[in-house]
Amino acid sequence: MLHTVNRSPFEKSSLESALRLAKPGSALLLLEDAVYAAVKGTVLEEKMREAARRLRVHVLGPDLQARGLEEGALIEGIGVVDYRGFVDLAVENDKVHAWV
Amino acid sequence: MQGVGTIKRFLFVNRRAPWGTGYAVEALDAVLIAAAFDQDVSVLFVDDGVYQIKKGQDTRAIGVKNFSPAYGALATCDVEKLYVERESLKARGLGEGDLLVPVRVLGAKEVAELMDEQDVILSF
Repeated sequence: MLHTVNRSPFEKSSLESALRLAKPGSALLLLEDAVYAAVKGTVLEEKMREAARRLRVHVLGPDLQARGLEEGALIEGIGVVDYRGFVDLAVENDKVHAWV
Repeated sequence: MQGVGTIKRFLFVNRRAPWGTGYAVEALDAVLIAAAFDQDVSVLFVDDGVYQIKKGQDTRAIGVKNFSPAYGALATCDVEKLYVERESLKARGLGEGDLLVPVRVLGAKEVAELMDEQDVILSF
C-alpha cells in the first residue's frame, strides 16, 4: 500500500497517524507541506529516522524545491521522486491511502 | 475622534507554510495594503509561518508564482519591523541564516509584549 501525506506535520496529525498505522514495508510519499518532515534538524527527526527504517519513505522533489529545501538536508533513507515517480508508486502499489 | 490620517499599530501574524494554502499570499497582500495607507506595520512569523521567509524557494516545478522575493522588498514599502519567534525556528531546525530577510528573533515573552503594544492584530 502507498500512503500519501500532504499536510504540515507541525499543524496536523495526518503524518503522525499515518506513521502509527502504516504496516511495515509500506510505501509513504510526503508531498506539499508534508515535505517539511523529511529534513534533518527538526523536532521530528528521530521519528522520521525510525519511519525510514520501517517504511519505504519518499518525498516529492518539486515540493522540496518550492520550499527551499535541499536534497542534502534530507534524512538518510528518504528518497526523492519526481511526478513520474509519484505515478509509478501509485501504479506499483495495490492501494493508495491519501491521509488528507 | 479618529479621522483620515489616523495611524494605528498593525501586527500581522503569519502562522502558515507558504505554498500549501493561500493564507501566506493573502497576508502579504494585506501587509502591503496597510503600508500603502501609511499605517505602522509589524509582521511576525510564528509556527509554520517561518517557512514563508525560508531562503532558496523555487516554485517553478509546482507551477505557482513565487512571491517569496516580495518579503525582501517590504523595506522599500517602509515595512521594516519583521519578527520571528525563536522556538518556531528551533523546532524546524532553522536559524537566522536560513532566512531571506533580516528579522528580529524574539522569545515568547517578547512576542507577548509585541502583541500587547498593537492596536490591531490580524492573524493568517
